[in-house]
Amino acid sequence: MTLHPLLRRLVRAIPIILIVAVLTFMLMHLLPGDPAAVIAGSDASVEAVDRIRVQLGLDKPVVTQLVLWFVRLAHGDLGTSLVLDQTVLSAVMERLPVTASLSAVALAITVPFGVAFGVLAAYFRGTWIDQGVMMLALLGVSVPSFWIAILSVILFSVTLGWLPSSGYVPMDQGVGQWLAALIQPASVLALFQIGFLARMTRSAMLDVLDQDFIRTARAKGVSEWRTILKHGFRNTLIPVVTVTGIILSLLIGGSVIIEQVFALPGIGRLVVQGILARDYPLVQGVMLLFGITFVVLNLLVDVLYTMVDPRVRNE
Amino acid sequence: MAGEMLLDVQNLTVQFRGDAGWTSAVENVSFQVGERECLGLVGESGSGKSVTALSILGLHARRTARIPSGVIAYRGQDILRLPTRALRKLRGGEIAMVFQDPMSTLNPVLTIADQITETLILHQSLSAAAARQQAQRLLDMVRIPDAARRLDEYPHRLSGGMRQRVVIAMAIACRPKLLIADEPTTALDVTIQAQILELLRDLQDELGMSVLLISHDLGVIAEFAHRVMVMYAGRTVETAPVRALFERPVHPYTIGLLAAAPRLELDTDRLPTIAGSIPDPASIVPGCRYSPRCDVALESCRNLPPAMGSAEPGHLARCPPRLAALGFAA
Ligand SMILES: Nc1ncnc2c1ncn2[C@@H]1O[C@H](COP(=O)(O)OP(=O)(O)OP(=O)(O)O)[C@@H](O)[C@H]1O
Ligand SMILES: [Mg+2]
Repeated sequence: MTLHPLLRRLVRAIPIILIVAVLTFMLMHLLPGDPAAVIAGSDASVEAVDRIRVQLGLDKPVVTQLVLWFVRLAHGDLGTSLVLDQTVLSAVMERLPVTASLSAVALAITVPFGVAFGVLAAYFRGTWIDQGVMMLALLGVSVPSFWIAILSVILFSVTLGWLPSSGYVPMDQGVGQWLAALIQPASVLALFQIGFLARMTRSAMLDVLDQDFIRTARAKGVSEWRTILKHGFRNTLIPVVTVTGIILSLLIGGSVIIEQVFALPGIGRLVVQGILARDYPLVQGVMLLFGITFVVLNLLVDVLYTMVDPRVRNE
Repeated sequence: MAGEMLLDVQNLTVQFRGDAGWTSAVENVSFQVGERECLGLVGESGSGKSVTALSILGLHARRTARIPSGVIAYRGQDILRLPTRALRKLRGGEIAMVFQDPMSTLNPVLTIADQITETLILHQSLSAAAARQQAQRLLDMVRIPDAARRLDEYPHRLSGGMRQRVVIAMAIACRPKLLIADEPTTALDVTIQAQILELLRDLQDELGMSVLLISHDLGVIAEFAHRVMVMYAGRTVETAPVRALFERPVHPYTIGLLAAAPRLELDTDRLPTIAGSIPDPASIVPGCRYSPRCDVALESCRNLPPAMGSAEPGHLARCPPRLAALGFAA
């Protein structure tokens, strides 16, 4: 039986999601100590601890618990938060738009700048432009993001008063305000990935520019910039798409810190709250969501491959 | 010599940046290509054939290559002193090139139509639709069956021979006056090689092009070229009309090449070869570059750079002792 390549990739993603679900389940059991006691706190009575144990089903055998976990997941039930008065699913869904908006705006800043800098650095290889881009890339790995975030707030919010220093405005209350609230945190987040993307684009570009078909394009009389963009850049799209997928994962991960600094009520803040309050069901739910998001991202990257490279399409 | 000179290269030197400064890969090379003429360029690997060819289109990287001296006159205009825009007009428009390896010379992410029409739109300002029609005619011209369907295919779907036909279609798209073919058949199967050569010859007649054909296959040169230039270690060692070269070779290197050329009727595994190998451009002897491998080298050959001398009209060789021995004034 031959499956459509995309369908085949989709089928391959299923076991990965199952493994993510098992790992999330095990989170509760791999942590040191008795989870029920940890959740109840150090000064809880034995009865209180027992109550929590029964409430969370921790008194049943592990295999039974795992089966029950999957049965609940199949029903879309991620459990109930221990500290928030709502289900994990509704808590997550409430905050999802914030993190999704933040990551999307950050990505929308990262990709054009990262790609443009990478192409420029490759074209001007060895000049100060190239060195400048490489410096920016270095910044991404050597300066902590919260530090840049604080400096940025001092400059743009406190001193200049151009942008709000914290808070979130949903998109349905005005796209302008939504963007004003996000532009600063998203830029700080993007700053760290632009250099990474630029570096990867540059090296992919340098590989391509050495290929014979680039010489063919020049021999046809195609201008230098057109050679670079039409013949060169299109051939770097596979590595660039791969890196962009990784970068989106990093942006989502990085949002945990940025949401703290800018007081954005997103998933990142939710998970930090959950960890501090020892709200295991909440943390589990968010982990599972992150895991599934990354699997879906990889799937999207695969789909994009087939769009940018005819050789993959006919594989 | 056939007709007026289309291309006149004088004293071309090309240098590359190396660990020990600039070294010459091609030195003082001069040759001419007449209208409708085919000049064959032969020599072992590394003798500077491709470097010479790429210079004509100005395709060397500025960062690593330089041309300190020489003139490349195309219809009286020095290509080396042409502004970039004018040079781009020549490339693909008046002078086109076919490269050795059709597997890597086509862009893998663009369709055949994209790659052929690009030249047409660029040089002839055709509309996209007209260019596409023209591209289909070109595929017919290079004898690709089912051209209409091939237009929208990507290169990886075609065989090596078919790809080289596409490369040739791209090269002749704007009816260039000069076609440079750098080992156009070396990467192909033997049976395909003959077809591609036949195609090139037919196209040359049909379009009235001049051809600079680079090959290390003397059989190909014998069949195709009107005149031949033999290169060794970046220098010209002999130029002659094709018959004169094959029947009355002067330079010991040419004689060696002819003896080493595989002949089909010579059904043997032990083909003669020239002992030794071509020197690295960075470590070259002061005298004749071939002298370390030459059977008949004299003491003077090793120390004095040999001058080009004339054997017959149009037949020059860089070997004073041989020329003298054959009775030609050195
Ligand atoms: N870009 C470059 N940088 C440095 N050296 C080069 C470069 N291109 C060619 N050379 C050198 O110039 C010399 C001639 O090379 P060239 O490619 O012209 O040989 P060729 O006669 O075409 O050989 P082949 O039959 O293998 O194609 C070689 O010694 C090669 O190492
Ligand atoms: Mg070559």
